[in-house]
Amino acid sequence: MSRNIYMPYIMVVDKVIDEAPGVKTLRLRFENEEEGNAFEFKAGNFAEYSAFGEGECTFCIASAPTRKGYVECTFRKAGRVTSGLDRLEEGMTMGFRAPLGNAFPIEEWKGKNLVFVAGGIALPPMRAVIDNVLDRRDEFGDVTIVYGAKTVNDLVYKDELKEWDERPDVTLVQTVDPGGETPDWKGEVGFVPSVLEKADPKSDNTVAIVCGPPIMIKFTFPVLEKLGFKDENTFTTLENRMKCGIGKCGRCNVGPMFVCKDGPVFSKVQLNALPPEF
Amino acid sequence: MERLIIKSDNIGTWLAKIIDSVPRVLAPVKDGDKAEFKSIKSADGVDYDSQTTISSVKAAAFPRTETLFAYEKEGMETKLYNVAEDNFVETVIWRARPCDAVGFKPLTSIFNWDYKDELYNQRYDKIAIVTFACTSADKCCFCTSVGGGPGNTEGSDIQVTMIDKEKTLVEVLTDKGEKLVALAKDLFTAAEDSIDKEKALADIPAKFTKEQIHENLAKAFDSPVWKAQSERCLGCGACAFVCPTCACFDIQEDAHGNHGRRVRCWDSCGFSLFTQHTSGHNPRPTQATRWRQRIMHKFSYMPDRLNVYGCTGCGRCSRACPVDMNIAEHLTSIANSSHE
Amino acid sequence: MSKLSEKTAALLSEGTVKLIIGYEQGTEHPRPAFCHTPEDCERLIFNDECKNNLGVYLTKKEIIGEDKIAVVGNYFVIKTVIQLNRENQINLDNLVLMTVDGDEVVTFSSIDEMQQYVDTHEPAPNEKVLAAIEKIDKMSREERWAYWKNALSTCVRCYACRAACPLCYCNRCIVEDNCPQWIEPWSAPLSNMEWQINRIMHMSGRCVGCGECAAACPLDLPIGILTKKMGIDIKQTFGGWKDGSVLSTYSIDDKENFIK
Repeated sequence: MSRNIYMPYIMVVDKVIDEAPGVKTLRLRFENEEEGNAFEFKAGNFAEYSAFGEGECTFCIASAPTRKGYVECTFRKAGRVTSGLDRLEEGMTMGFRAPLGNAFPIEEWKGKNLVFVAGGIALPPMRAVIDNVLDRRDEFGDVTIVYGAKTVNDLVYKDELKEWDERPDVTLVQTVDPGGETPDWKGEVGFVPSVLEKADPKSDNTVAIVCGPPIMIKFTFPVLEKLGFKDENTFTTLENRMKCGIGKCGRCNVGPMFVCKDGPVFSKVQLNALPPEF
Repeated sequence: MERLIIKSDNIGTWLAKIIDSVPRVLAPVKDGDKAEFKSIKSADGVDYDSQTTISSVKAAAFPRTETLFAYEKEGMETKLYNVAEDNFVETVIWRARPCDAVGFKPLTSIFNWDYKDELYNQRYDKIAIVTFACTSADKCCFCTSVGGGPGNTEGSDIQVTMIDKEKTLVEVLTDKGEKLVALAKDLFTAAEDSIDKEKALADIPAKFTKEQIHENLAKAFDSPVWKAQSERCLGCGACAFVCPTCACFDIQEDAHGNHGRRVRCWDSCGFSLFTQHTSGHNPRPTQATRWRQRIMHKFSYMPDRLNVYGCTGCGRCSRACPVDMNIAEHLTSIANSSHE
Repeated sequence: MSKLSEKTAALLSEGTVKLIIGYEQGTEHPRPAFCHTPEDCERLIFNDECKNNLGVYLTKKEIIGEDKIAVVGNYFVIKTVIQLNRENQINLDNLVLMTVDGDEVVTFSSIDEMQQYVDTHEPAPNEKVLAAIEKIDKMSREERWAYWKNALSTCVRCYACRAACPLCYCNRCIVEDNCPQWIEPWSAPLSNMEWQINRIMHMSGRCVGCGECAAACPLDLPIGILTKKMGIDIKQTFGGWKDGSVLSTYSIDDKENFIK
């Protein structure tokens, strides 16, 4: 039988990183080197990660395609399968079905300024495209990142945030929710939408990419509109309940679209056309 | 397309030859007053009386429960095992209805949309379908409203039409069909041009047209019609599971310590938890939104995306529904009103 | 307009209730009807063919909300209301329960009246089910196991049995739990048995005997035998249906001779 589309690649856990309470990153490499060398993906693609014995779950590929030799996934322990992933230690094997979904259209963004807006555990999908852009830094204009979490401890990729902060060619604005700051917190205090408004990035020749919990997105879009961002220059990546990831099981169907096939990356124009069923 | 005649009395003899030639023949068998497709070993006991079976025959290509692969964990390692070839068995489906044969079309579309589902393809490729055209219909049938008909040959390898007590017309439509006829070629003679298939078919007036439905659905998303129609719906999966075109499935883990298999099994968009996120957020939280999804998916989204219709008008959903959600009745209502 | 339609229409036009749930003619058999306007009430019918247990809608918040509604139900619906009330699942102040007895449209004004009706109008048992129970009772354990494994092997796990039952109102059914996964959710002979066994166990002493689980099953699986047999067993071991909730009461006198 030619390739069984439901069968995952076997991956070895190279590294387990504790990001925040309940949140881990797994750095994975292909057990079969040939498969690893042949594997290609684009920022924005997602994967179905298997904890054999528990099942599969859907997360973005959180590392950039420009970083070879590994892929990363960041997840919060929330249910059966994520608990299975949470139990994995270095050297153990798990499954990986990828690349799935569409990608951020970064070729169309060349020469433009980019504003990334993310909240909490939604930084992982963005990190793939942010690092991708930073690895090709001179192809793009200004890069602004606005990222917030509930508390200082909940910020993910703390080391990488430091790196981004120290880069002179990146403007990073970090924030925590009111009450989430620590005495030595140097960043902003406030919800992401209001901090974005305060940061006031220019919208001329700029693309905005937003990812976060529904409530954050709901209040961020009006801010972007206010700042002059056009719908065709605003992108997001959607989450929905998925199983097969390849447009067959029917679960992620929103209107005539399938989040797993036509997305998960959507422009605001496409989002506006979707019925409110996600 | 070849038109042959077989003596109506000889149909059983032909079937017996078919049974001898393939590992599996599925045919309607009566159990009480309902008929279902069962694997038969003899030509006797096939039910030719019931209008149709309760469940569709999609399980022949898309089983209720299906292994996707097996796994074995040994220490840090995991080994995966593909599905063995002998799972895919050559099958003849006997005495299906035209609405069964055409039901495989949307399934094949979904299972080959960009990603080719070889599990489905291998099963479907090994199936030959012999349909019996309908000389009668019941209150739930509406094939003619969705581009089908009692004598529709789409998807069939052979179509059999009982012309009268003596003569049965056999239309051979594909190579697979030819092979089945060749098993008993002495039983067949060429059919004269005068043999009129249309006259023998049931008269099923169309209740609405696909265009009416498509047009009205395009503006009906926020209509109160969904709540009104779905009030009595209990949210079970009976309609989805008996339907020849419903393909929604769940993926589960059949785990036994260090080894197990990943399976897929039928699922229904009508279940309340179908779209529920781990966070508790549910994009379709009411039965009305789920009913809307069923209709829109079959009659609007699928035609728009895959150029294929998600319904064959077989009426099984309506017969199986515990609260008589008669889909033809609902669609007629949608076709006849303008739901702004 | 029939007396039933008149009376129910009046309840709506007077604003006493916001919704009437009853029966109307369906394709082949009567089916549940929802009347929001007095005109809708013209559709209401009531006869021996009206079998659906309308009690199933009383726990659906999206149908009844916080409004006062009326239900024109059959014998089993009345029994269901009594049981749902016992389980604190309905607000009797928001319910006008009616039935049609011969020519009379009856409105119940108290639980006692409902109980009285139930005591005096019990329908004859289903002879076919009783005969099947007798036959299975005579089987050995191995024969019974084989019988049920075979009988339930074609179950597709559509859960029509669960959906039609007014007492299966859990927001998250045990079969929908995956952590731990008590019952495998895919159709297979053993897990199909596990599902039915579990369903019956959770119905112990609560089932009103309407038989709608079996009627709803699209494949005509013989599951009505299970609920009936459970009812008989519960009565023999713990007393009748009226004597308290089997699942949530314990008495020191409870027989435990089934533990071997």
